[in-house]
Amino acid sequence: MIWNKKIECANQRDLKNIQSERLKKTVDYVYKNSEIFKKKIQSKGVTPKDIKSIDDLEKLPFTTKEDLRDSYPFKLFSSPLKKIAEIHVSSGTTGNPTVVGYTKEDIKLWGEVMARALGCAGAKPGDMIQIAYGYGLFTGGLGFHYGSMTMGLTILPCSSGQTKRQLKLMNDFKPKILACTPSYCLYMADEAREIGLDPKKSSWEIGSFGAEPWSESMRVEIEETWDMQATDVYGLSEITGPGVAHECDKKMGLHIFSDVFYPEVINQKTGKAAKNGEDGELVITTLTKQGIPLLRYRTRDIVSITTETCSCGRTSPRISKIKGRTDDMIIVRGINVFPSQIEHVLLNIEGTQPHYQLVVDRKAGELDELEVVVEVEEKIFSDEIKKLRALEEKIKKEMESVLGVFVKVKLVEPKTIERSEGKAKRVIDKRTV
Amino acid sequence: MKITQISVFLENRKGRLYEVCSLLGKNKINIRALSIGETDEFGILRIVVDKPEEAVKILKSNGLVANLTDIVALEITDKPGGLAGILKILSENSINIEYMYGFIEKASDNAILVFRFEDTDRAIEILKKNKIKVIGKAEIANL
Repeated sequence: MIWNKKIECANQRDLKNIQSERLKKTVDYVYKNSEIFKKKIQSKGVTPKDIKSIDDLEKLPFTTKEDLRDSYPFKLFSSPLKKIAEIHVSSGTTGNPTVVGYTKEDIKLWGEVMARALGCAGAKPGDMIQIAYGYGLFTGGLGFHYGSMTMGLTILPCSSGQTKRQLKLMNDFKPKILACTPSYCLYMADEAREIGLDPKKSSWEIGSFGAEPWSESMRVEIEETWDMQATDVYGLSEITGPGVAHECDKKMGLHIFSDVFYPEVINQKTGKAAKNGEDGELVITTLTKQGIPLLRYRTRDIVSITTETCSCGRTSPRISKIKGRTDDMIIVRGINVFPSQIEHVLLNIEGTQPHYQLVVDRKAGELDELEVVVEVEEKIFSDEIKKLRALEEKIKKEMESVLGVFVKVKLVEPKTIERSEGKAKRVIDKRTV
Repeated sequence: MKITQISVFLENRKGRLYEVCSLLGKNKINIRALSIGETDEFGILRIVVDKPEEAVKILKSNGLVANLTDIVALEITDKPGGLAGILKILSENSINIEYMYGFIEKASDNAILVFRFEDTDRAIEILKKNKIKVIGKAEIANL
């Protein structure tokens, strides 16, 4: 269902007016309430008066993850801490974690956009949802929770983990919707078979999967394994958490709720707008947030964008599935490699499930080595060495043709690659650069 | 007349073969014949045991990748030229051997070798035609 027809199907002119009005207010607001933003805006030689419409967005400075980290914990907030209703924290790989604060209004907004997102996925009031994203400082669980409350779903707040119990509750309560990471969804299929449940007979009809990049081939695998519709949810805690964008049943890109989260796609090196349809870094400006509004926040996610109206009737721009991250992208011998590319190759090789890990190493004075570690599944195992060798060779060749970089392939025993029930650890970089 | 071999994928690391063998031992599975095909990084353990179905179940439930393969066990005169005689027949009939290895026990004064053929059914047909004794499952279990 379309949760908010008035906004989601608004004509482009009305939408632009709303965006322009909101941008002006937001710039005024942060200029008054945040010393950091005031300085940033001034450093571009701009004052709030120069911002007359959404077309003036390019005059404004970018905000980066580093800005958030440097202002740890609350210095980038535009609301006094007393007005903050909830705080979320995402762990960083280096230095301080990223802290975001929501006012009551921000939480309401989060519920609204997540309700739109769930509507995109196919949910309608009265459906039951099993939320298997983690609850807590991570935004996944609570974001879905607020959206489900707003829409009027029956919520099973399972959080992540305790897979056998998740499966039992699914089997006994028959929820229609599942929300979790795509890798956890596949992990649950293994567990289901182990306890004698046929994944195809599950009650889940709709899945909203995200929090990590996943490919079209992984979608096919999830849909076939569970006999369900798998759609992609996008979000990041800096902007609000899940609910920034969501795929509708057409699966032709993710509708980004641009009346509140205004998207730009830029060339990550030059900072200039990418050409329509070209890949680039997604940059988002929050247009109505109060706690920690962000101007032109660099998400580090690589997408393309289209403004064509979708056949579902929604007029919002659509971003592609995340094609990679500018930061967990690894550069091997100067070539950009995204874990999602590896996944795609593996899934195209018959029978190989995507349990893999990339190990990048560089021995003193030598070139980078990229090793793809793949778990041997029963389907691909053979008693003959030459067949396993041939499989290694096939993986290697296809990887090399897709990535354009020399690859070593290593077959390992099942369940020897580290699995977490949340995000899968796909890359190990041993290089000391 | 085929017998069943279990093939197990093993990473080439210290103590791995011991772990698998002791797992079978603990479960009272007796290994009758064994060979290992190896590369730098992994190996394939091939074994003939007294209770193959049970053994595979145990291996799988312990997280190993294992499957069953049809192989052929032959009794060969334990004297010079014994093996060559059989290989001659196989070669003349263009039967390809993927790999082969010897049995630990003997049924009589003859040696027992197991063969993994490219085309198992055709190999058995040729062997029978040439009056070579192919050992069956029951005989293996009774060894």
